[in-house]
Amino acid sequence: MADTLDRVQRIIVDRLGVDASEVTKEASIKDDLGADSLDVMDMILELEDEFSMEISDEEAEKINTVGDIVAYIDSRS
Amino acid sequence: MLSGKIAMVTGGSRGIGRAICVSLAEAGADVAIVYAGNRDAAEQTADRVREAGGQPLVIQADVSDAGQVDAAVKQVQETFGRIDILVNNAGVNRDNLMLRMKEADWDQVVDTNLKGVFLCTKAVTRSMMKQRFGRIINISSVVGISGNPGQANYVAAKAGVIGLTKTTAKELASRNITVNAIAPGFIETDMTSQLGEEVQGEMKKQIPLARLGKPEDVAGAVRFFASDHAGYITGQTLNVDGGMVTS
Repeated sequence: MADTLDRVQRIIVDRLGVDASEVTKEASIKDDLGADSLDVMDMILELEDEFSMEISDEEAEKINTVGDIVAYIDSRS
Repeated sequence: MLSGKIAMVTGGSRGIGRAICVSLAEAGADVAIVYAGNRDAAEQTADRVREAGGQPLVIQADVSDAGQVDAAVKQVQETFGRIDILVNNAGVNRDNLMLRMKEADWDQVVDTNLKGVFLCTKAVTRSMMKQRFGRIINISSVVGISGNPGQANYVAAKAGVIGLTKTTAKELASRNITVNAIAPGFIETDMTSQLGEEVQGEMKKQIPLARLGKPEDVAGAVRFFASDHAGYITGQTLNVDGGMVTS
């Protein structure tokens, strides 16, 4: 579990240029980390590569917080 | 210049589309030729691509049908492994004065010429974003800039393509995908040869370079946008029209 969070954090820090300490499980990708819709799209593609999975548009729309991403990925693997 | 690159050209069987396929192959690309109905013409284009040193792939698809577009893109990716260059060239015309234009004529032209560009672009975007490289080249028309009586549907669709080009360019720039449009003027193709000599003569009077364009004139511009030379150009529309429209 911790491993997933680490990898997700690394991608978010890289894509959004935020500080790792801000990327908590509770942080909202858009509201707290300042991502716009293009950033989110970018991040989703990056996550698909990192975890070798396809994330559908419907699933992507449900993602709000960093924790949502981790939970979704763990539920799939 | 384009060796190792994979191109997909819609409306690739005849006219401008065929010249684009051949030109990209001459530059080193392998080319997927998407055609709507004329298989024989598409196969002739494939022969020309082969002669030019490229590997062709012939695919039948209606660009206004999302399912067929997705299947075509998948076939290209399965055959060649990737798509680097998309040329949205497929187009039809159903000319008539506004008052006499049937709703079906409007729908058919807008579906193929504008919605088709949207569907094909959408279908290749995900893989281009992932590979962090892409060149999308949309064939518009100068009438989309200037307007033209008798072509409300065609003009609206071609003007729409220019707006779509600008927006897609802005959305995809961060992933190193450029999106540009080419606006051909009067080009010698089956579409313009239907016009009488008198009409063609009137056309030439409007063209400073005093001749109709050749499909190869348009293909040269496509090749430029597909090349590394155009890596810093995106969201633009280039008129290839002999100087007819200067805005």
